[in-house]
Amino acid sequence: MQKKTLVQLVAAALVAMAFAAPASAADTIKLGVAGPHTGDLAPYGMPSKEAAEMVVAEINAKGGVNGKQVELMIADDQCKPEIATNVATKLVSEGVNIVIGHVCSGATKAAMGIYKGAKIIAISPSATNPPLTKGGEYPNFYRTIAADDDQAMLAASFATDKLNAKKIAILHDKGDYGKGFADFCKEAIEKGGKAKVVMYEGIQPGAMDYSAVIQKLRSEGADLLIFGGYHPEASKLLSLMNKKKIKVPFIGPDGLKGDGFLKIAGKDAEGVYATGPMDVSKFPINMKARSDYKAKYGKEPGTFFDQAYAATLAALNAVKVAGGTDYDALGKALRSSMVETTVGKIKFDAKGDAEGVGFSVYQVKSGAFAEVK
Amino acid sequence: MDFQYLFELLCGGVVKGSIYALIALGYTMVYGIIQLINFAHGEVYMIGAFVAFIVAGILTLTGYSGLTVLVLAAVVALIYAAAYGYTLEKIAYRPLRNAPRLSPLISAIGASIFLMNYVQLAQTPDFLPFPELVADFEFMEPIARYVSSVDLVILIVTTVTMIALTVLIKYTRIGKAMRATQQDMVMARLVGVNVDRVISATFIIGSVLAAIAGVLIASRTGQINSAIGFMAGLKAFTAAVLGGIGNIPGAVLGGLVLGIAETLGAGYISSAYEDVFAFGLLVLILILRPAGLLGKAVKQKV
Amino acid sequence: MAHLKRSFGIGLWFMFLTLPLMVVRVNTLNHEVEWRWSNMIWVGICAFAIAWFWQFSIERRTARRAHVAADAHPEVEKLSLAQRLADDPVLSRRVLIGAAVVAMIFPWLVSTGQNYYHINVMVSALIFVVLGLGLNITVGLAGLLDLGYIAFFAVGAYTYALLSKNFDLGFWTCLPLGGLMGMLFGVVLGFPILRLRGDYLAIVTLGFASITKIVLENWDTVFGGAAGIAGIPRPEFFGMALDGRQKSVYTYYIVLALVALTIVVTTRLKNSRVGRAWMALREDEIACVAMGVDMARTKLSAYALGAFWAGLVGVIFAAHNNFINPDSFTFMDSAMILAMVVLGGMGSILGVIIAGLALKLLPEYLRAFAEYRMLVFGAVMVLMMIFRPQGLINNMRRKYECDTVEGDHDDGAK
Repeated sequence: MQKKTLVQLVAAALVAMAFAAPASAADTIKLGVAGPHTGDLAPYGMPSKEAAEMVVAEINAKGGVNGKQVELMIADDQCKPEIATNVATKLVSEGVNIVIGHVCSGATKAAMGIYKGAKIIAISPSATNPPLTKGGEYPNFYRTIAADDDQAMLAASFATDKLNAKKIAILHDKGDYGKGFADFCKEAIEKGGKAKVVMYEGIQPGAMDYSAVIQKLRSEGADLLIFGGYHPEASKLLSLMNKKKIKVPFIGPDGLKGDGFLKIAGKDAEGVYATGPMDVSKFPINMKARSDYKAKYGKEPGTFFDQAYAATLAALNAVKVAGGTDYDALGKALRSSMVETTVGKIKFDAKGDAEGVGFSVYQVKSGAFAEVK
Repeated sequence: MDFQYLFELLCGGVVKGSIYALIALGYTMVYGIIQLINFAHGEVYMIGAFVAFIVAGILTLTGYSGLTVLVLAAVVALIYAAAYGYTLEKIAYRPLRNAPRLSPLISAIGASIFLMNYVQLAQTPDFLPFPELVADFEFMEPIARYVSSVDLVILIVTTVTMIALTVLIKYTRIGKAMRATQQDMVMARLVGVNVDRVISATFIIGSVLAAIAGVLIASRTGQINSAIGFMAGLKAFTAAVLGGIGNIPGAVLGGLVLGIAETLGAGYISSAYEDVFAFGLLVLILILRPAGLLGKAVKQKV
Repeated sequence: MAHLKRSFGIGLWFMFLTLPLMVVRVNTLNHEVEWRWSNMIWVGICAFAIAWFWQFSIERRTARRAHVAADAHPEVEKLSLAQRLADDPVLSRRVLIGAAVVAMIFPWLVSTGQNYYHINVMVSALIFVVLGLGLNITVGLAGLLDLGYIAFFAVGAYTYALLSKNFDLGFWTCLPLGGLMGMLFGVVLGFPILRLRGDYLAIVTLGFASITKIVLENWDTVFGGAAGIAGIPRPEFFGMALDGRQKSVYTYYIVLALVALTIVVTTRLKNSRVGRAWMALREDEIACVAMGVDMARTKLSAYALGAFWAGLVGVIFAAHNNFINPDSFTFMDSAMILAMVVLGGMGSILGVIIAGLALKLLPEYLRAFAEYRMLVFGAVMVLMMIFRPQGLINNMRRKYECDTVEGDHDDGAK
């Protein structure tokens, strides 16, 4: 007897588990938001989640899209590919219509295969890895941020043409993003032929000390440093360079262009160049989003907030234009219908990159990023 | 051969080695007494840095500056690190005093994970800017390219700490008690040593050392977050094992060897493989001398 | 009353201890200091309550230990449910069959239509169960603390990824190859560390795992670097095309079969000559060697066999995810697997399975508590060691008993 009860118990538990998944209600538009919401990369994922929540709350308050309420499905992938596949499966299983995310390029790649199979469109606010769109492998992938190779070209030409650097050192944090940027820079500089790459190395993120690589930089006689990576390593490098009295121009990617970098690097940040999405702070819709955010959370929005806000707006606009959530109609709407967003007036090109989204070079001047004309 | 470059690298290596050594000293002390790898040592280091950051933040905003901030922040950080070390030992290790070897080690890993996430939840997962508590010295200006002002302070503090620790262990009452406990806990207890108190004292001293390291290193790199303890702890532990764990000069030697090896490897080969040099060296030395550079091979008693 | 007073003191102490970190938050951007005094009160109350309970528990534990020491046959007195189960062959067989049936029909229990999320989660969990069982050989049975076990898992995963990408080899060809590669690495890494014991072993294995990860990250011409390897094919099923759900179900059965195989092999090993040599080595190395056990061979075999399973399941991991990169093979993952072995009860197969499922499934279904997941995880590791060092399920050693002399019993916590 005892066996039976045990089996029954287990079976009951499993059945309960199966039904624990939220039953799908047909009359809402299910918007998935995937990204790192816990773990050490959470600062890159939370602003996207908050942006999507704000947009959806606002649209729902106005009566939703096409008379339907928008339902958010928040999914945490911790930027880990294997969790991203689980999360993507979960979203697909629960009938998601369109996904905002993922945030990290690696996790995005892992998840896209699943979305592709299920014919779900994903719009990433931050996955800048070029092959995602340019590889043509994922026709269901769109993004509201420009790809890494664009900003690398910009950084390289800025270094050689504007700053007239002749011996360039390139460092990266060995990550997907940082190394990608560094590789494209190296390629662009070598192709341009105006300067030589005298040093190309990876550094260990999270290490306590980078003095060896900084000494190497000096001994190679580099007159400019391009760094691919995020702000913690960049500010550590800058701090040590200042302490070791090495003064060379420093160019970083958009991972640096945020308050996080200014905050941590402090006075070391002065004079640093960073490529970043074109200045969008003048758009009225962006100003409104930012002031709403400040009113709600009491702080400045974090990285990728603008892009995520724009992605959510674009996604819901597409649903509205397409009049539903049909895959082909949505794709067509995204590619054809212009939409006013926090990153400007955009639509997507055939590959999925947003048109009208580009990069500029910024420089830190008295504690704030100013666009270099 | 570019000797200036070599010299620059060596200077960097020595500074880095002193950083490792400073943290490794705490590791090695605890190991010497109760043969426990205190995995949470790195977290105490991190907590020390965090407390200093908070105190410095409050003081700076209330209008203090310079030396006052440095001294007060450091003192409070040391007190708190000691308190955390003491509490940690009481909760996570003391109930396991007589358990099999693996149990306290796993408890230590658990404590480390707990503390890291505690700080992350109570404060923030973001990186925070750590104020430069050590000002640039005027007289260091000409040689700053080799050794900066903070580097100098770190070198001095490590040296002083090592000497003070050696004196403490060799010549004071508590030091004697520590050595007795190290040799034979039961016997020490029999001759009247309060073993519990000795172990607590060891943890407090070790944690204070970790906090000193935390404050100095955070001030050098200019940033902290809740995850810095892990890597620092790991490297320091490697240094301690390299030198022969449980051996105080060994920890310093191990730290220096590790720091110099990493710096030279990064400088001449590739900085991407920096950690490979560190761990490769560790494996190599342990194969040749399983007890570490200065460690004595312990005869196993049956 | 004394308890109350002490708990009060402890409450105050923790209020002091958490003062800077829990109460103050410095906002460096706005140059403001945020004071969260309410946290302090909560800490005080919680610490007070926990301290009270803690003293109670410790007292109980001490009392029980004293009781056990006084009693020559403690196991007779109080057996846990699991032990009673295992002691009764009829009952245990029934439970086993029940579990097997549930496992077999699991995909149809939990998923309908295209909803295969639960199956995917289960596949991930079972992959970790196999890892736990594999590490159980090295740590649980042979007592060799391996903090870098995830490296062998990575070896298996990359073996499949690279072979399928460069040489178009299929899943079923690569599965044994992955296992063998893991084994090979186990032996190669095992050799230099034969002389090391305990803690040195721990740090060296940790170092090896770090080296593996760094090499995977940096050598991007071969291993794809941090960008990883994408487009790894799923297991093929006699050349038939499977849709998303079918693929998941298929992978589920493959990994389930592997779990079963691991269980059988580990059980057989445990009671074999080499298994007993491992346990003897774990208990007392010197005495064991003195008895004529070949230390080098025994240790190496424990390493190699542990690594074999990791390599094997690494192949499935790569196939299941279609994509791998070095981020999946961090120290935290090693710690997680170790935690499974330890929490489950060192050497106990059932315990490791339960702990593995719990550690992987609970976080998946309790996403709401995601922030506190690791905090709780760390705390549980500490508490488990203090209050239940033998793990969830006590590892029972086969006893060879005579009629007159009671066999030596082992409580796994010696």
